[in-house]
Amino acid sequence: MRSAATRPAERLFTVAVWAAAGAVAAVFAWMLADLVAAGAARLSWSFLVDAPASAGRAGGIGPILVSTLLILAVAIAAALPLGLGTAVWLAEFARRGSRAARRVRLALDVLAGVPSIVFGLFGNALFSVWLGLGFSILSGGLTLACMVLPILIRSTEMGLAAVPEDWRRGAAALGLSRAAALWHVILPAAAPALSAGLMLGIGRAMAETAALIFTSGYVDRLPGSLMDSGRALAVHIYELSMNVTGGDANAYASALVLIALLLVINGLAALLAERWLGRRIVTS
Amino acid sequence: MTGTAPCAPYTLGDLAEGTPCCVPQPHLEIRDLSIAYGGQPVLAGVGLDIPRGCITALIGPSGCGKTSFLSALNRLTDLIPGCTVRGIVRLDGGDVFDAQVDTLALRRRIGMIFQRPNPFPLSIRRNLDMPLREHGVRRRDEREDRIEAALRGVGLWDEVRERLDAPALGLSGGQQQRLCIARALVLQPEILLMDEPCSALDPLASAVVEELILRLAGRHTIVIVTHNLAQARRIANYAAFFWMTEQVGKLVEFGQSRTLFDAPKHSLTAAYVSGRSG
Repeated sequence: MRSAATRPAERLFTVAVWAAAGAVAAVFAWMLADLVAAGAARLSWSFLVDAPASAGRAGGIGPILVSTLLILAVAIAAALPLGLGTAVWLAEFARRGSRAARRVRLALDVLAGVPSIVFGLFGNALFSVWLGLGFSILSGGLTLACMVLPILIRSTEMGLAAVPEDWRRGAAALGLSRAAALWHVILPAAAPALSAGLMLGIGRAMAETAALIFTSGYVDRLPGSLMDSGRALAVHIYELSMNVTGGDANAYASALVLIALLLVINGLAALLAERWLGRRIVTS
Repeated sequence: MTGTAPCAPYTLGDLAEGTPCCVPQPHLEIRDLSIAYGGQPVLAGVGLDIPRGCITALIGPSGCGKTSFLSALNRLTDLIPGCTVRGIVRLDGGDVFDAQVDTLALRRRIGMIFQRPNPFPLSIRRNLDMPLREHGVRRRDEREDRIEAALRGVGLWDEVRERLDAPALGLSGGQQQRLCIARALVLQPEILLMDEPCSALDPLASAVVEELILRLAGRHTIVIVTHNLAQARRIANYAAFFWMTEQVGKLVEFGQSRTLFDAPKHSLTAAYVSGRSG
């Protein structure tokens, strides 16, 4: 008798899944190694705070970092309340199988697949031109909010749907209002899904180039207000590697900063979601 | 357990200690109650009086509408899409189905315990504190007193006093169910609806909860759905037997539980309580 692990098919299968996982990890490691190798040398405190010089070939990325964070802040500030509200409506208020809810979900799923360049053109038409916000951090942030919403909503909705019905009935039987049940029990229980959605959304927003070129523009000065144009990191990297000869080294360094920033912000978002909502939830 | 209810069954008036007791006065008057889901009737034409301070057991086979009946009493049926309830449930003279009725206040007066313990994923303390706060008990010391009283009332205080801030979901099943009962009690309801409160518990925990139900009777009117006929016989003062005819649940017999178990008037009841059907 041969044990299961020694059968040829079984062994082949085991090798195949290990190889697949290994290949994925290797691609990521390679990318990271490439970035570090080419960009780490340029990294320094002054690179992070200085203004770019000579179209970005020299100097740092200080104003660009500020613009990136501002755009992201606008996007989150707009997307979070809207997304949370829509997810709560879909999961808690819309009747099961209602036509309105089905349409909203369909719209969100289509939106999630729309190429970012289309969002850019739409954001330009709506925010920059029609609403008169021009090329500004506000336009860019709001456009990103539109892009992030589908991810945020669907992920939060799924989290809410996974909250056991027992708690809703229990809360109702105690004479708690729906708002109280949501605030104290249901939303905190769905916090992990909310923060996962938020992180996916932030990832998408931070990596965005096409949607921002048309909305927040690529002026690399330090923005004076949300109505100023500002260049996001991803746009800066694109600009350096495509349009500025001799900008590759700084493009690599900027990409490295972008990855690091993404990790830091995701960690922060997870921490905040846990603090804000998860703190009150205690599971065994 | 002696096999008798908290006060001798069917006594009129109060116990010697002065606590209110099971009295044959209606606390809830139910008239011609019918429930349908999406137009499909599940319960029709139920009428009975739930006596004040007594334990009334609802018995009968699964699917004959006992849980639906229970949920209609505190209007939890409002939450179920497509559920329509017709008839009258009078509580102190007012119909609970009246459009003017504040359901949140109603459910504060009529608490409910579910089959599966459902403590919120909060700490033990916050499970009781949050409903109190939401019902406008602003003073912290009052809330703390009421939390302690409720936990003592279900015999949980000594077990959890050292770890009130520990997660409620870390308690055992029986403790969780008692916590849920405490959570209902902390709002000082007049009536407690219990939907098979022991069926998800092991025999020991079940006995503890059963004893607790006996202690709560008198001060609270209790309506309990149970599939455990022995339990119904042990604790109930009154019993209602539901049966399904042509896919619709109906009340077959209602009366003092001794009569219903020992000298049922209806042949269906006799067959069910003797284990010959159902």
